[in-house]
Amino acid sequence: MRRRRFGQGPTHDGSRRVLGLLVLAALTVITLDARAGDGSPIDPARAAVGSLFGPVESTTAAVTRPFADAISSFRTNKSLRGDVATLAAENSRLRGEVSTDPLDRQRLAELDGLTRTAAETGYSLVGARVIAIGPVQSFTRSVTIDVGTSSGVTKNMTVLNNDGLVGRVVQATSSTATVLLIVDTESVVGARLGTNSEIGFLRGRGSIADSGRLDLELVDNAVVPSGGDVVVTWGSQNGVPYVAGIPIGRVESVVSSPRQSSRIAVIVPFVDFSALDVVGVVVPQGTTGDRPVISTPTGKADR
Amino acid sequence: MNALRNAALVAVVAVAIVLQAVVLRYVSVDGVVPNLALVLVVVVAVSRGSQFAAVFGFGAGLLLDLAPPADHVAGRWALALVVVGYLAGRVRQDARESPVASVLLVGAMSFVGTSVFALSGVLLQDGALPVDLTLRVLAISVLWDLMLAPFVVPPLLRLVDRLGSDEVAAARPVSLARTS
Repeated sequence: MRRRRFGQGPTHDGSRRVLGLLVLAALTVITLDARAGDGSPIDPARAAVGSLFGPVESTTAAVTRPFADAISSFRTNKSLRGDVATLAAENSRLRGEVSTDPLDRQRLAELDGLTRTAAETGYSLVGARVIAIGPVQSFTRSVTIDVGTSSGVTKNMTVLNNDGLVGRVVQATSSTATVLLIVDTESVVGARLGTNSEIGFLRGRGSIADSGRLDLELVDNAVVPSGGDVVVTWGSQNGVPYVAGIPIGRVESVVSSPRQSSRIAVIVPFVDFSALDVVGVVVPQGTTGDRPVISTPTGKADR
Repeated sequence: MNALRNAALVAVVAVAIVLQAVVLRYVSVDGVVPNLALVLVVVVAVSRGSQFAAVFGFGAGLLLDLAPPADHVAGRWALALVVVGYLAGRVRQDARESPVASVLLVGAMSFVGTSVFALSGVLLQDGALPVDLTLRVLAISVLWDLMLAPFVVPPLLRLVDRLGSDEVAAARPVSLARTS
């Protein structure tokens, strides 16, 4: 084999110049987006791309769901996980065998649970399904759901399922919305201990695996949370971004660090973030849109 | 004609991004999925050279940054994939000649790309995980891309070559037949 040096060719100098320009462009975009915080100049572009990709993602999710159900019903067999070649080969055989009935029944139960949640908490909910999940390589835990501003869902609304708090809406296009999960490292939730109403701040650790945990830092250092204590949302004014009284998880253990002289309670979330499907978005009473609103019997039913 | 071909490439990267977020989540390992967009940038680099690949990487990265459910600071994947496209283009000749080399190149570039992305997150304090978790995610994603590369790279290479300029396609009919 003939030996060549790397980077030979007439375009060598040109490609270096292009590289410089592109790196500069990327750094400019990063700076624009990172410095501005809320109301970043990138937001219109994000919304535009979102409204293009949102419907495509919805459609893809709808089309691929039956196949995915076949996979997920066999997922309990952990050895199959990750072996994408085996899965691809077996997929066509399994597709015929697997009836999606039990999964549909499970979804109905989840929806029932949501209706019950609406009745118990007194909030109006818009039902939604998770259509896309952000890859962990991006180091943020966010999902796309198939409702958007056309159903009355806007930024900073609480998202929950029948187990408890899921996250909050950080972006909404007309047909989809992006939800930041509470396990994300950027997520901070005002939380309250169920037994003594002590308040604190709950931060995610960025992992959705079964071992995914949240850290609760209590405002009052003297309080020692007891194991098994339930943590609920504390709620802020007008329910933005989190409404009050939504269960989040249970205290697993308490870690105290002598250096920071503070106690961190480790919380096991009620929600299984690796198997999110049917969720509900808390919307103001009397919201109308292209989706039925689940509300309390005493509240005004919209559909 | 050229504009049409480039539009087709944009469509391919859009498909890769949607597949990555919607379909591959069902086979994720702790939420880590194969990075199809990155593999595509490497393939384009092997087919078209570093200059084109850097531009393509920038575009693909920006789409990855903006398409839902992305919520990190925009431009981070763009930066990572520019670097990936450029570096992969520099060693394209070697990757052209053997399928094994192209698979190894995907693995190496997966490491580079995910590392640049993770480092930019640490610098910007944007969704950075603890070091041990970051390394774990890095390892899983490199393994994923390595595992997928033998199945995905040859057909993608054929597709991108077909979408490439006639000059490129005509210059390498022999090695093409071997890699595919």
